[in-house]
Amino acid sequence: MNSCLFAALLALSFLMPCAGAAPYIPASDAQVLERLPFKPNDPVARELAELRAAVRRDPRNLDAAVALAKRYYGLVGEDGDPRYLGYAQAALAPWWDMPSPPAEVQVLRASIRQFRHDFDGAVDDLTQVLEREPRHARALALRAIIHIVQARYGLARYDCQALQQAGNSLVGLGCEAMVDGLTGRAGPAYATLQAAVSGQAGLASEEMLWLQVRLAELAQRQGRDDLAESHFKQALAQGIPDTFMLAAYADLLLDKKRHAEVASLLKDKSRSDVLLLRLVFAERALALPTAKDREAELAARYEASRMRGETVHQQEEARFALQVRNDAKTALMLAQENWKAQREPRDARIFLEAAIAAKDPAAAQPVLQWMDESRIEDASLSNLARQLKGVRK
Amino acid sequence: MSARLLLAIVFVLLALPARAHKPSDSYLTLVTDGMAIDAQWDIALRDLDFAIGLDTNGDAEITWGELRARHEEIAAYALPRLAISTEGRACPATLTQHLVDDHTDGAYAVLRFRAECGGPFRVLHLRYGLFFDLDPQHKGLLRLEYQGKSTTAIFGTEKASQEFSLAAPSRLTQFIDYVGEGVWHIWIGFDHILFLVALLLPAVAYRFRQEWRPVDAFRPAFWNVFGIVTAFTVAHSITLTLATLGVVNLPSRLVESVIAASVVIAALNNLYPIFSERRWMMAFAFGLVHGFGFASVLADLGLPSDALVLALVGFNAGVELGQLAIVAAFLPLAYALRRTGLYRHLLLTGGSLLIALLAGIWLAERAFDLALLPS
Repeated sequence: MNSCLFAALLALSFLMPCAGAAPYIPASDAQVLERLPFKPNDPVARELAELRAAVRRDPRNLDAAVALAKRYYGLVGEDGDPRYLGYAQAALAPWWDMPSPPAEVQVLRASIRQFRHDFDGAVDDLTQVLEREPRHARALALRAIIHIVQARYGLARYDCQALQQAGNSLVGLGCEAMVDGLTGRAGPAYATLQAAVSGQAGLASEEMLWLQVRLAELAQRQGRDDLAESHFKQALAQGIPDTFMLAAYADLLLDKKRHAEVASLLKDKSRSDVLLLRLVFAERALALPTAKDREAELAARYEASRMRGETVHQQEEARFALQVRNDAKTALMLAQENWKAQREPRDARIFLEAAIAAKDPAAAQPVLQWMDESRIEDASLSNLARQLKGVRK
Repeated sequence: MSARLLLAIVFVLLALPARAHKPSDSYLTLVTDGMAIDAQWDIALRDLDFAIGLDTNGDAEITWGELRARHEEIAAYALPRLAISTEGRACPATLTQHLVDDHTDGAYAVLRFRAECGGPFRVLHLRYGLFFDLDPQHKGLLRLEYQGKSTTAIFGTEKASQEFSLAAPSRLTQFIDYVGEGVWHIWIGFDHILFLVALLLPAVAYRFRQEWRPVDAFRPAFWNVFGIVTAFTVAHSITLTLATLGVVNLPSRLVESVIAASVVIAALNNLYPIFSERRWMMAFAFGLVHGFGFASVLADLGLPSDALVLALVGFNAGVELGQLAIVAAFLPLAYALRRTGLYRHLLLTGGSLLIALLAGIWLAERAFDLALLPS
């Protein structure tokens, strides 16, 4: 589809000027059209080339295929580029459609599926793996996280405890602390996890980062934002540009109206949709000249994802609709759809905010019910729930 | 052309902006007349590089020179991966042009080609297989255009073959749809109805020494109404057209607030003469604003880029029909009742008061973003 049509579609939905142009012939041979992530001589590119060559020599070799798929899957987390998910899937092609492939393949299949929000498919895969290998640590950890995201706290706790026994006690503990933090026991969970983390020397930086983000979340739930910030800073100090961590930290800063810090934290991170959203909020608040373009860019990305028939952006798109477009109705609709798949505090928050803005307190009933049933303690959610009750239809 | 060139050069100097991350998609547009197909296929350079290698000098940058050198290979790689056929006949594709375009996640090679099917057809069969072996999450996003009607579809590994029948809705059906939307909008748009009613309420009477007197004959009442309705129609048609064509645009909160204000003023005019008997002027002035309101409804319906005028005329005709229906119901009734106390006191004075009050609440709601009435 040509980009002007694209822009015309956008213009209709958002009354934007036609920014796209028609296809063209570049002015000179030297004009650079695209930058690739790697040069063929970069270490990562060479590593990938070797792994790919091994798979090409023997496409049915399980170890070679899993090694390549794992490497690609790792790149998705580091770089945020979803193309690598497809490359990982391609490496696993000989086993991909089997009802029960080898455990390593099935865990990777679950990981790829949950990335595309096929949570049911992912849980099915993990359950099958765990029936065969009950102590499979990665399967336990992933299933626990999916249960947490979908608010099945009993099942999540069970997997976290199994994970502690399966060998990874600290991650298992962090996992259980997550569940505690969502079910009204944030205080004691924080104390336990903090003691365990500070008593542990020589943690890998990936693990440390993950644990620090959990501590930050638990501190935030108790309304101790300064403490949360100190944990985010320790997470940052691990030197891994983790998208989820940066987004959570940026959200904390946005709540504190520290927009300039968000803008400098994320200014080079606009490739990620998740981080671009935070950057748009910050730059709009600061009235920076770049804000308009970034806003249009993000809208175009949401539109592209919709054309693809995807729904992985709904939570963020709801925030965009509410805060940037002032479109409470659309925001509420997106937040409702998102709630069907994901039920974390940030999903609850945008749902409540949209319901308040749309003056539709009845719509947010599922969130209030979740708050009651989980007994979550969260200062900002309780605040919003009170505001919601004050809204007259 | 020169502006384009300049823009392209500026972009190079500024270096490339950070590109978004997006799963791999290609964009395929097919335009057919039922005999042959003109196509445009946008394929991401990153994907082509992964498939056949474009970065010849290994500097992690793809230049136009590098891309141009591979044009034949690109066509040879891509075209066989899209099989176009009609009822049993293949439609071989011939490449006509290589271009470049930018999408949200980077630069795309644009392949223009023409597929000849050797005769007229009603059903088009497409089998899409680009990149599925390298990236099973790749999607092909299709837009198929036939006689101004477009269909969209998504090709994926699990849906690689699809069939499309060329049955464009006739222009007439499309037109009637928009007429219906126009009628419906007037029917549910209470603010437009009340504005009209407020203007028409005194149409069967005239002011004489601060008192309303019934008109003696139908004819002057009819021409009075005719003038008001015509002025309103002409005015809102002007702004509806200008806004739909994108010539003028006003913030919707302002438009909605002024529409509410127009109803208040029209109703108050029946209680204290502001515009007195020149109500058609008021109908014209405020009709301009109501037109912007209609335009935002029409925009929400989604406008076919190829049938913009048809949609505009149809929708407007619908609005006028809805309006005429209201007038046709109102005028004879008001004329029959014009001498009664029911009309002069209850309907004319009380009705105007009620309309002014209701519209006043709308005005407060819209101007200050409040919710005073149950929705």
